[in-house]
Amino acid sequence: MSAANRSSFVYVTFIRITPEKLWEALTDPQFIRQYWFNTTVECGWKKGSPWKMALPDGSLTDTGEILEIDPPRRMVIRWQNEWKPELKAEGPSRCTIELEPVDSAVKLTVTHEIDRPASKLITAVSGGWPRILSNLKSLLETGEVAITSHPGH
Amino acid sequence: MSDADLLFKALADPGRRKLMDRLHANDGQTLAELCRHLDMTRQGVTQHLAVLEAANLVVVQWRGREKLHFLNPVPLQEIYDRWICKFERPRLKALRDLKRRLEAGGKD
Repeated sequence: MSAANRSSFVYVTFIRITPEKLWEALTDPQFIRQYWFNTTVECGWKKGSPWKMALPDGSLTDTGEILEIDPPRRMVIRWQNEWKPELKAEGPSRCTIELEPVDSAVKLTVTHEIDRPASKLITAVSGGWPRILSNLKSLLETGEVAITSHPGH
Repeated sequence: MSDADLLFKALADPGRRKLMDRLHANDGQTLAELCRHLDMTRQGVTQHLAVLEAANLVVVQWRGREKLHFLNPVPLQEIYDRWICKFERPRLKALRDLKRRLEAGGKD
C-alpha cells in the first residue's frame, strides 16, 4: 500500500534506561497508569493475547490483540477504538512499539498506522502520544510525571 | 552538545521551522516532495533535515525504496513540560481556586 492510502505517524524518544526496564514500564499495568493518565491496560502480553484499555471509571476506550511480541525489542498491537463512533467506524489500526539500545539510552519508536487516508483515528491518537511519551521519559529518568491530568477528559 | 542545545539550535532557524511546518501539513514526505514546496536548494534542505534529525525533531523511515521524513513532536512536548507548563501552573491554580470559590458561593 502506498503512503497516499495510509495514515500514520512515527514518534521517537530516547530514554536513559535499559531495554528490560523500559519493556517492564510498557507492560506493567500499575506503571502504565502512572504515565498514561490513570488509564487501565489489560493484556497477557503473549502473541494472540487480547489487549484492552479503559478509563479510570471502567469505560472501555480501545480493544485489540497482540499481533507480534518479542521482549524487550518489539510489539505490534491491533488497535481498535471503541470510544467514539466515528473512530470505531474506521476499523482496526496497528501500533508498533520498538526498543533499540543507543549508547546509554534506549530509542523508543512508536508507529501508529491505518490503511486509509486522512484517518480521524490517527489524528486523535497523534495528540495523546507525545504527552504519554514525555511523561514516560520523565517518570523513568526523574521519578516524576510532567502532566497528571488527561487533557482530553 | 546536550539534547536541549541541539533542540534549541534546530528550532532557531526559520528555514528549519518552515520545513517542520511542511511536515506538519503533510507528514511522511520524501526529500523530493519537500523540495518541491520550498524555496531552498536540495542541498540546503538535506542539511536542514540532518540538523532536525540530530535534534530528534524529524524521524526517517524507509518504506520500500522511499525514504520518508516524519515530524516528531515529542521533544516539543518535553520543552512544553519543562519550560512552559511550570510557568502556567500558578495561573491554572488561580483559575481553579476561583472556580471552586464561585461554585461554593452558588450553593449558599
